[in-house]
Parts: sequence; structure tokens; C-alpha cells
Amino acid sequence: MTEESLRALLVGGLVGDAAAYRLFLSQLAAHLRVFLRRRLNRTPQDVEDLVQEILLAVHNKRHTYDPAQPVTAWIHAIARYKLIDLLRRRSRTDVLHDTLDEDDELLSGGDTEAAEASYDIARLLEQLPDRQRLPILHVKLRGESVSETAGRTGMSESAVKVGIHRGLKALAATIRGAR
Amino acid sequence: MKTDDLIAMLSNRVHAIDPSIAARRYLIAIAVGGIAAIAILVTALGINPGLAHETLVPMFWVREAFCLGLGTLAITAVARLGRPGVPLGRLGMAVPVPLIVMWLLAAIALFNAPAGGRVPLLLGGSAAACPFRIAVISSPLFLAFIWALRGFAPTRLRCTGAVAGFAAGALGALVYTLHCPELAAPFLGVWYLLGMLIPTSIGAFLGPRLLRW
Repeated sequence: MTEESLRALLVGGLVGDAAAYRLFLSQLAAHLRVFLRRRLNRTPQDVEDLVQEILLAVHNKRHTYDPAQPVTAWIHAIARYKLIDLLRRRSRTDVLHDTLDEDDELLSGGDTEAAEASYDIARLLEQLPDRQRLPILHVKLRGESVSETAGRTGMSESAVKVGIHRGLKALAATIRGAR
Repeated sequence: MKTDDLIAMLSNRVHAIDPSIAARRYLIAIAVGGIAAIAILVTALGINPGLAHETLVPMFWVREAFCLGLGTLAITAVARLGRPGVPLGRLGMAVPVPLIVMWLLAAIALFNAPAGGRVPLLLGGSAAACPFRIAVISSPLFLAFIWALRGFAPTRLRCTGAVAGFAAGALGALVYTLHCPELAAPFLGVWYLLGMLIPTSIGAFLGPRLLRW
């Protein structure tokens, strides 16, 4: 795993290459798992929750990646922000200070073991309003195209796209509030 | 949902990202916030009737450059702070440069003034009202910048809020120059700065709450 290969996959994702993007997210998840397990060693049950929360954040904020910038710095800043956010909510900031500033160790190892979070995103999805839930269901879960989904639901194509975008944002907000 | 299923969902049919989206969002914020700020100025204070004549004075343009320079540098800093992991670099040191230039001009003006002429240079005719007016005029710009930033991913929320407030204050001050007849460097270096620091403090205070994601 190198900065270069991860960067190439993300840049591919940003121009709409779904396969590259999927690989990027899987490799990122594996590294996040190791990164977080080391820092959440007192609450290992939080690890997979936070992995999923960070993946969702990376996805929702992927337009903030500047291809001129090291991808490691970008994902490290997001992971660090989300970790601190979690620890602050639990007001357990004492574990932070010694270990959080080494940028390169995010890519130091990987754990690809498939795991489950304590909350269920599939169930949270069902609580979204139809204008967000249906576009996500058809396009993101069933893999139908935006125009097919528009025809099926009677929504306009731009409403389908907006619904996906807002729905995933709402999902991220729900996960944050739920904990 | 398993993490692998989440990854499959997020990557499924992923669409391309428009790289111009960031610039567009900030331009919208500047345009909407700026028009609202000008509207507040025109309705509440009115345009300086001597404005056309004032444009012939070099210090008028120094004042414009002061506000515009601070605003441009601060917005550039805001744009960097909105991207995770992008360092401010030398920009952090560049932001105060227009201020230092103004203070140098102020020191020269005060040094050259006759003994009784220094206090008027500092207080002008509107010192008490100036910071408050700049703060009010910059408020729509402040809200617009917070809106813009909420579409990005700042990780240093207090700092980002403060710099966004400072950018709004500097551009609010630029709008205020359409009304304000004060051109003395000592006045600008103190009261204009105070006006900019009001939204800066509000931004530092509210940043962690308004910019969380």
C-alpha cells in the first residue's frame, strides 16, 4: 500500500470510476480499522462504528480532496477529526495526546476482516423520507441508473441525484446524533 | 449493515465530482453576501455624497486596497481551512501584511502631525460608530461564508470560524467605505480593524457549533 496507489484509486473515483472508488474505500477501511483499534483499545466496540462513520464522511466530503494534495494527509485529517469528535462526545480526551500526530502510520497496516457496526445503516436508511430513501435504494443499493430510477419513481433526474446526496448526508448526521 | 455492504453502496453508480464546485460555492457566498451588505449600507446609511470627489485622493485607494487585500487573503485562507489536511503554510503569515502596512502609514501620519493634530487623526468624526457599523454590514457576508463552509469539511472549527469572520469583516469594511469619509491611516488602523475583529470573535465563538460535521 502506497500513497500513490491509494491516490490513483481516489482520483479515479472522483471522475466516476466506481470500481476504483470501491477499491479505495475497501483499502481505506482496512487501514482505518488498524488506526482506530490502536487508539480505541479501551472501547474496541467503537472501532467498526467509527470506520463506517468515517467512510460515510469521506464519501460525503470527497469534493474537498485536492488532487495536488497527499491523499494520506486528507484522510488522516478526516479520521483524526472524527476520532476527536467521538472522544469529545464521550469526554475521554486523555487518550489523545501522545499518539495522534504521526501522519504516515495510517498506511502502516491493514485489516480487511469484514465487520459489522453496532447500528444498522440499512435500518437507518428506512427512516429517511421517500424522496431520499427511494433514490438511494434504486441507485446505490440496486445499482439502477439515475434515469431508470427517475422513470420508476416519477422523480426528475436531478431530484434523484439531490435525493441521494441529501440522504447520505442525513444518514451521516443521524449516525453522529445517535451515538 | 456490514462495512463491505456500505462500501458497495457508496461506490455503486458513483458520479463524477465537478472540480469547480468549491470556487463556485465561495463566489456565490461573496456575491449574495456582498449584495446584501451593500443593501444594508444603502438603506441604513446611504452612499457618501462626496464619494466621486474622494476617489481622486490616493488615500481612498489605499483604504480600498487595505480592505480588499485583507479580505482576499482571509478568503484564500478560509478555502484552505475548508479542505482537511491542507496546511495554511505561508498564508498565515501573509494575512496580517496589509495591517502592518496600514500601521506603518499610521505611524508616519502621527509622527508628521502637529502636536494638536494627532487626536483628530485617530478619532476622526465617527470613531464610536465605525466598528459597530462594519460588524452589522458584514453580517450577511459572515452568514454566507458559514453557509459555504458547511459544504466543505473544516477540521479546525474555531480557527476556521474566526478566519471566516475576519474575511466577512474585511469585505464588510470594504462595503462601508462607500459611506465612510474617514481616510486617515491612524483611524483605519484602529477602528476599521476593531470592526473586523467583531465578526472574527463571533466566528471563533460560534465556529465549533456552526461548522461541525
